[in-house]
Amino acid sequence: MDAVRAVASLPGTSAEIVWHEQESLEGYDCILLPGGFSYGDYLRAGAIARFSPVMVAVREFAARGAPVLGICNGFQILTEAGLLPGALRSNECRSFRCCQTAVAVVSTQTPFTCACEEGELLRLPIAHAYGSYTADASTLRRLWDSSQVVLQYADENPNGSADAIAAICNDGRNVVGMMPHPERATSSLLGSSDGTKIFASLLAATMETAGA
Amino acid sequence: MIDVTVTIRTRESVLDPESETVVRSLHALGYGEVRSVRMARRIELELDDMDHVDAHARVLSMCDQLLANAVIDEYEIEVPEPAARITELVTGA
Repeated sequence: MDAVRAVASLPGTSAEIVWHEQESLEGYDCILLPGGFSYGDYLRAGAIARFSPVMVAVREFAARGAPVLGICNGFQILTEAGLLPGALRSNECRSFRCCQTAVAVVSTQTPFTCACEEGELLRLPIAHAYGSYTADASTLRRLWDSSQVVLQYADENPNGSADAIAAICNDGRNVVGMMPHPERATSSLLGSSDGTKIFASLLAATMETAGA
Repeated sequence: MIDVTVTIRTRESVLDPESETVVRSLHALGYGEVRSVRMARRIELELDDMDHVDAHARVLSMCDQLLANAVIDEYEIEVPEPAARITELVTGA
């Protein structure tokens, strides 16, 4: 619901919750896979949800180059589905981390960071036990060489992620996965409104696509 | 009916804080002789009766698709030997 509100608060924008068994994603400009504990994290976080019927349409949506954002469990689902490389494993500290983090914007070349400045710090909360990004050495090298690292933990690495990676994108740069929760940083009442920049980027990218 | 066991472990190249934590805890309890621990998950599958080669292939597919994540896991599949099954059938045990 936080994600719905964050998107719906943008001017001229609406958001809908899509049931996991829905087969069509016709008419949407962006798909957002929110955080949560799909299937109770059974087997592995996101391992079962990646087979939800709607994921067929999500894969087709992504293949068309349309923007897809996975937040926390959404990121886990995207990696399990092979839409993003690597995997999210258990936090190195072996505990659930629930805190504010500072993340640096590494790449502004995605629909979700295009309204940010490179190097800009965003204060976003995290809340996860399986958020440590891992990939083999060649994948990590490729991610850096291709500017596919999108956000990087700045103050401390809260979960032992490889290279302090907090968010990545796919080769096509339209699918982004992030462990921090921008939808929970949309007001000073929540401790930070830096998350609005992620959604403002989405709006800007969508308007640009619509105008093209 | 055929029983197949899958044992899933974190790849050696992937940091395994759970195993490290268990080692530290064992040491704290006085079991200093423990040099390493490797946590594993055991999945026991009961399949319809089928050829053991087919069973292995099917479970391999299950592992690739769902049960294991190749980025972080390695796994072993144990399928009963056909000779043992024949013995079972003959003796009715």
